[in-house]
Formats: sequence, structure tokens, C-alpha cells
Amino acid sequence: MDTLLYLGRRLLQALAVIVIVTIVVFCLLHALPGGPARGILGPQATAQQIAAFNHEQGLDRPLPVQYVYYLRELAQGDLGTSYTLNEAVSRLIEQRLPKTLVLTLLSALAGLLLAVPLGMWQAVRRNRPADYVITTLSFVAYSTPVYFLGLILVLVFTQTLRWFPSQAPQGDTLAQVFADPAALVLPVVTGAASMVAVFSRYMRAATLENLSEDYVRTARAGGAGQYAVLFRHVFRNSLTPVVAMLGYYVPVLFGGALVVEQLFNYPGMGLLFWSAAQSSDYPVLLGCVLVISVATVVGTLLADVVQRVVDPRVKEGRV
Amino acid sequence: MSGRVETAGRWGLVAQFPAPLGARFARNKLAVAGVSVVGLFLLFCFIGPLLYSTDQTHTDLTQVNLPPSGSHWLGTDAVGHDQLGRLMYGGQVSLLVGLTAGVLATVIGTLWGAVAGYAGGWVDAVMMRVVDAGIAIPALFILLVVSAITSPGTLGLIVILGLVSWLVPSRLVRAETLTLKNRDYVLTLRATGGTHGRAIRRHILPNSVSTIVVAATFQIADAILLVAYVSYLGLGVQPPKTDWGGMLSAGLTAAYSGRWWLIVPPGLAIILVVCAFNAIGDGLRDAFDVKGRG
Repeated sequence: MDTLLYLGRRLLQALAVIVIVTIVVFCLLHALPGGPARGILGPQATAQQIAAFNHEQGLDRPLPVQYVYYLRELAQGDLGTSYTLNEAVSRLIEQRLPKTLVLTLLSALAGLLLAVPLGMWQAVRRNRPADYVITTLSFVAYSTPVYFLGLILVLVFTQTLRWFPSQAPQGDTLAQVFADPAALVLPVVTGAASMVAVFSRYMRAATLENLSEDYVRTARAGGAGQYAVLFRHVFRNSLTPVVAMLGYYVPVLFGGALVVEQLFNYPGMGLLFWSAAQSSDYPVLLGCVLVISVATVVGTLLADVVQRVVDPRVKEGRV
Repeated sequence: MSGRVETAGRWGLVAQFPAPLGARFARNKLAVAGVSVVGLFLLFCFIGPLLYSTDQTHTDLTQVNLPPSGSHWLGTDAVGHDQLGRLMYGGQVSLLVGLTAGVLATVIGTLWGAVAGYAGGWVDAVMMRVVDAGIAIPALFILLVVSAITSPGTLGLIVILGLVSWLVPSRLVRAETLTLKNRDYVLTLRATGGTHGRAIRRHILPNSVSTIVVAATFQIADAILLVAYVSYLGLGVQPPKTDWGGMLSAGLTAAYSGRWWLIVPPGLAIILVVCAFNAIGDGLRDAFDVKGRG
């Protein structure tokens, strides 16, 4: 019952957040030179055409009324039409989003696979040289602009060693993307680097916290070996909250995708967004912002709920 | 017992005081190194041009793409700007924008968080949902949208950066305010007729100062990184002005033809400065013993 109440309250909160996001995007849409009319008629439309269109579409009505119209369009999945690509924004995002998801999920997976053992190792060797070295490296990785890292990787692995191509897989379908795994290596590694930095910190902290718990002492006193305790108990208890943190990490993942896709010319949503920013294609820009924001809200919601379900202490407010 | 100094009281009682803030901060070697790095970069960018004078406004097509040499220590770029001079010149923008935007974001976040936490109830709920919504819209994306709409100058960039990145400090200060607002001294002030504004100004904010300072340091690090991203993506300050991110963007294609001196120096400069501010933030957080970014 308690959990149901919590879920209900949390869902309402998430809904309120999404409403505020739509208000922000709606305001930005109206702050544009020419307003939404330009978005549909295109940049060449004359003032008369725009005025006629505005009247016809009810755009000369009060803003709150228009906002309701806007919400109705959103509910029908209508995000407007691209200025430059002459296609529905929803259709463009539909084509590009899966590719971005593949890239970010691969990066997240690679990042976690490296970050989790690193963090545990750091916790076990706390305050020894290895811990300090990894901590410093995480600092550097966290402070390195993603595109600079990607550029260095290209210079080393493409130009000097010639191991991997500098261009991500091209093509419109996911099959074409997976057909060229070598081309995926550099984009995935570039996207994973900052994740390793952040998540090894989380894992280190979570492992340290669990290592100081009573059950560890009890298990050790009962004769369980150090590594048995570490892998059987501490690992499981530390991993779930760290993986749940991924939910909070959604905006960062999309931000990383924006840069990685631009650098490696990977035709996902990030590249779509970047080219839209270059050509002032506002409907595409705002459509992407809306989709990413909703994804972030959902990610945060999932992370909150997962943490509450797996760790009863969160409910009691002890953590 | 480390972190405390013991002093014998006048009556032989032993009192314990925490070691002074400076001493606790100085014990963190990374943080001290961070302060030195920031200091050196400020000297390099703002005093450096006085000692190493270069023309960063006019292009010189007889001097393009030269490798590092005695007359151009870090070579020249594709339009003939001396790269070392450009590093100083671009650094001025990067540091100035990062510092002011970070401080602006912290100021906005502090006021928002203090008012929300102090008011409580519905006001708090609404204000914090606005913060949630702001966090849901990734800063880099909204920054690019607003930059595309307004094509901002340096000042505009600072304002936009400040307006999109005040959210984390507001959460931290709100949490701090929630614990402070029921302290006896605040209740006393209210009971004796002090206004809410006075309670926030005289008690809540001064007592949150450590949280605020730590948040500001991390905010500056993030702002420097964020402005580097915006410039790299072509929507930052426009030529002939530049910043480190813009230099990287301009040197991108040159790097593929082996002109490493166009990208390695600005890239390292960004990494060093951002690392330094993060290290200072870490050191301050430990010295103040407050919660902050993990």
C-alpha cells in the first residue's frame, strides 16, 4: 500500500514535470522569429501568407488556448515539420532514435563492464596507490571534452595504427549498423569513457559502504573468505543501486551521443539535432528536446522506483 | 583525531576545535595543485599577452599552418594567428565565461533553493517541479537551441549558461535550508518580529555558505566544459573572437593532416583547468565537510 501510494505520487510528479517541459518548449516555439507559422510554411513564406495561416490555425488566439491546441497535436504524435528536410519531425526522430539508442546502450554497457570491477577493486585497495591512480584518471576522464577524446582516439587508432575506421557505420537500418562492427568501436569507446569515470566512483562508494556493514563482519566471522564475501554479498548489494543510477544518467548519455555522432558522422538523433542547430531548423530542435526530456523523466522515475524497491532503506529515509 | 587541534583551556580542561579551514584544505594535495593550476592559467591568459604580444585580430596569409618554431612557439593556425597567443586570447574568453556563468548559476540557484526550502508547502512543490523540468531538459540541448535562436555574444552566452545550469545548486541549497529553517535562532528571529526575507538573508544564506561555495566551484568547472562544447559545435563566440572550444573546432580538420599543435594545446588547457576546479571543489567539500556532488 505504502509503495502504491509512493508510485502514485511519483507518477503525478513526473506528469507535472512533463507538463512544465511542454510549456517551456511551447514558449520557445513562440519565441522564434516568425513563430510556428514559419515552421510549417517554411522560411520563404510572405507576411500575408503567415497572417492568413495564423488566423486559419487559430494562432492569433490567446496563448493559453493555443497551448491546449499544441498539447492536442502532441497527443496525436505531431511534432511539426522540418524546415530543411521537408519531412515530419516525428518521422525523422522515429528513423534516427533507434540508432542513437543502439550507440548509447552499447556505450553504457561497455562503460559499466569496465567501471564496476574498477570501482570494486578501488574499494578493496582503498587509499593505496592503485586507488589514487584510478581516482586521478577518473578526474581526468571526467574533465576531458568528449570530442577531444574522440579526436585523439581517431588520430591514434585510425591515422597511426589504422586499426579502426574514423567513420561510424552509415546506412539507414540497424542491420547496416551492425554489419560493420569495427566501425562501431571508436564511437562506443568515446561514449563510454566518461561513464567509466563516473560509475567507477559510484561503485567504489557503494562497495565501501557495504564493506562496512554488519553482515560483512558476520559472514567473515562465520568463516567466509574475503573474496567469497566480496562477490557473493557485497557485489550484489552494490551493483543494483549503481545500475539504477543509469536512470539519472539519461540526459548525459544523450549529450554524449550528440557529440559522438557529430564527430564520427553517425546518422542518429544527435547528428540530426546538430545539423538542425546549424540550419536553424527549430521544429526538429524542439521536437528532439521534447523527446529527450521525456526520456529523462522516465529514466529518473525508473531509477527512483528501482532504488526504492531493491533497497528498503531508501523508503525509511535512512539513505 | 586528525583534523583537530587540541588546546589546553585556562582551567586545564581540554577543548577541541576543528583545524582551521585553510589547514584542512591544504592537506588535500590535489586541491592545492588545483589552486596553483588555476592561478597559473589566469596569469598565462591575462598577463601573458603583455609579455608575448601577438596580433589576434588580423589574419596573416603569409604565415599560415607553420609548425612550432622559435618565432611561433606553438606554430600558427590556418589563417596565420600565432597559436600560443591565441591560446591566451581564447583562454580569456573560456575562463571569463566559465567563472561568471558558474557564479551566476550559483546565485540564481541559491536564491531559488533558499526561497523554495524556506517557504515549504505548495510553493516548494511547484518550485522544485520547475527544477525537475529544467534537469529533464539536458543543458547542452537547450543551450544549442537558445544559441541558434539568439546567436549570442560573450555576455549573452554567460547569461544563457547561467540560466540553464542553476538547477543543481538550487537543490543543494534547498536541502540545506530545510534543515536550517527550524533552528532556534531562526524561530527566535521570527518570534521577535523579523521578516521572512530577513531570516533568509541573515541566517539561512550565511549558514549555507559552505554548500554554496562548493557548488559554485563545481558549477565553474561544468560551465567551462559546457561552453567548450557549445563553441565546438559552432554556436559559441564567433570569429575573430574565440575560446578553447572554438580553437578545437577550428583545428579539427587540420589535426587529421598532422597539425597537432592546433588541437593538443587547447584540449589540454580545457582538461587541466576543469580538473583543477573539480579538485578545488573536492578539497573545499572535504574541508567544509558538506555534501555535494559525489
